[in-house]
Amino acid sequence: MTIAIIGAGPAGIEAASVLAKQYQVILFEREERPLCNIRDKAFLFPDFSSADELADKLESKLSHENITLKTATPVVSMQRTGEQWTLTTADGTTATFDAVLLATGYKVFDAHQKEELGYGIYKGVITSLEMEKMIKENNIRNNMNEIPKQIVFLQCVGSRDEKSGNHYCSKVCCVTAVKQAIEIKKQHPETDVYIFYMDLRMWGQGFEEMYREAQEKYGVSFVRGRISEAASTFDNRVQIKAEDTLMGNPMTMNSDLLVLMVGMCASEGTATLSKCAGIDGLYRFAQSLSPHTEDNLTAQPNLFLAGSCKRPMCIEDTIQDARAAALEIM
Amino acid sequence: MADFGFKIKQTRSFNLSQADLRKADRLLEEVPSYRLCIGCGGCTATCSARQFTDFDIRKVHNTFRRGQYDKLADELRKCMLCGKCTLVCPRGVNLRSLIINMRQLLTPSNETF
Repeated sequence: MTIAIIGAGPAGIEAASVLAKQYQVILFEREERPLCNIRDKAFLFPDFSSADELADKLESKLSHENITLKTATPVVSMQRTGEQWTLTTADGTTATFDAVLLATGYKVFDAHQKEELGYGIYKGVITSLEMEKMIKENNIRNNMNEIPKQIVFLQCVGSRDEKSGNHYCSKVCCVTAVKQAIEIKKQHPETDVYIFYMDLRMWGQGFEEMYREAQEKYGVSFVRGRISEAASTFDNRVQIKAEDTLMGNPMTMNSDLLVLMVGMCASEGTATLSKCAGIDGLYRFAQSLSPHTEDNLTAQPNLFLAGSCKRPMCIEDTIQDARAAALEIM
Repeated sequence: MADFGFKIKQTRSFNLSQADLRKADRLLEEVPSYRLCIGCGGCTATCSARQFTDFDIRKVHNTFRRGQYDKLADELRKCMLCGKCTLVCPRGVNLRSLIINMRQLLTPSNETF
């Protein structure tokens, strides 16, 4: 039996490492190298462990004789014949497999869509991904290349927002903003950090403790209210407008940077392939058979799902879900 | 010029970048547990003074924290220091101490700032 796994992120690699104990596994990856989404990160919540270390650990699982990794090989379509699946890659090559695991993951919400927040218009407006890069490179700067005096985070950009067409919660942004705020304070204790939120959903173990630590130890300010618009100031900073809903007053403030916490959306691979296979669900994610006991199965035979191709998911959950998917396939 | 009866109204919006946060910062130094406030309103819900007046302690301290001190001294006089707010706070904020410190910081004779 030969199994195809589409996507060499944490889900694809973890599942491959389990399946390789018994089967031949071919791992298709769109990018030049695996684990791009993890390697973009500096540290991981909730333990501030190194993202690169985790990526290295996962990547080392690929050196198994039963695993073949094909990088820069996007799968563009898939078709079922009986119980088998035929995959077509971008160069037109086809191959047939006994089972396929979709681990095509997510992409971040395109912040340009929220024009009122000024992303792509004002230089001081960046996304959480760009902030993560600055933290990783130890180079947190405003657009004048100075250490920022203030940094404002805005939660739920492209999540829980009917205007973006996404009703769902992206689940990881709340704690990511808290993590980034703490990292900023560690690097630059003098920088004032504000987090504007609708709710803070600290659902995971250790998350609430991180939130408390951000308040108590690092003095991060939390403002309950959604920023409605951003504008540029004469000195190239960002002016934001919001309601401090706990005060019941409209407010403005100037900031060197406005960081938009962009949510998780279905990646192109997830959207295209789940549609192609007829298992497309809400918001272009892939649809599992049922959320409780058949979450790795689909309405199609021998087509399985793992990780954030189904819905927003953190790395820990993704890895566990991948192991579960591998067991379903076995 | 003819008077049409129109006036320019003062905005209700405040600018946090221009706010004088010295008293608010001092309050956080004096009562460090206040950093942990999540604005849940438990303090206001249990407040004895709230049952008879429009005193909203949650709103008062949240407003103080943003450096908007106007009228807060009068508001804080409504508190009887019964301390029930401190008992219910899920974040362990020492509200009684917070109120006493806010009162002191807002006393006209306080020349700290």
